[in-house]
Amino acid sequence: MSLRNMVHCALSLVLTFAGLAGLYLQLNAEFVGFTQILVYVGAVSILIVFAILLTRSTEPKDEPATVTPWVGISVAVGAFLTMALAVLASPVGKRLAAPAPEVSVKTLGQKLMTDYVLPLEVMALLLTAAMLGAVIIAMKDKEGQR
Amino acid sequence: MTQLSSYLLVSALLFCIGLAGALTRRNAIMVLIGIELMLNAANLNFIAFWRFSENPETMTGLMFALFSIAIAAAEAAVGLALIITIYRHFRTANVDKVEEMKG
Repeated sequence: MSLRNMVHCALSLVLTFAGLAGLYLQLNAEFVGFTQILVYVGAVSILIVFAILLTRSTEPKDEPATVTPWVGISVAVGAFLTMALAVLASPVGKRLAAPAPEVSVKTLGQKLMTDYVLPLEVMALLLTAAMLGAVIIAMKDKEGQR
Repeated sequence: MTQLSSYLLVSALLFCIGLAGALTRRNAIMVLIGIELMLNAANLNFIAFWRFSENPETMTGLMFALFSIAIAAAEAAVGLALIITIYRHFRTANVDKVEEMKG
């Protein structure tokens, strides 16, 4: 986050996403872990790198990358201390894991098609709308010039 | 055996790194990256609480994390399209310099 070169920032973001996928695998959430790899390490990071490369060329190099960094950093450190104290103080944190549940992709798909079918349909609609919206937003300037 | 609190601490650290980035960086893409980090911290919380819950067979947290990943992907796509449009219009991706709207 504090690196000056934004491509380095994007690459460390990919590393963070891959590490998170490893944590998901460790927590017996295989499907979510592989989805994380597919969506974040595959798609979102490519999008971010392309956006960085497309918008970088005319940025002035000498101006500082951050504005009033101490306010934001102190807010974040304060939030982290609060959360860490709350986590360490609560008895929930001491809980050990239940025996590993059997979550196969088959049961996951059956759940998605029975209990969670309405959220699934809404999600499909949202993804379609987001894709169309992204294309239209990115195209608008070009069409206005014609 | 790892405790729940260690996962929660990792998630809190990730959230705060994302928060610091979103609050301090000037470039709109870096703000978006900070938001992505915070969303991922929330996902890690969902998965950890699901794994350490009383009855993980219901798979509620897992489903929530899946839908949250999908929403985050849509948000990233729209956000980056907006940033590219703003960059074409103002020739900058600096959030402090984009001060006017047409409406």
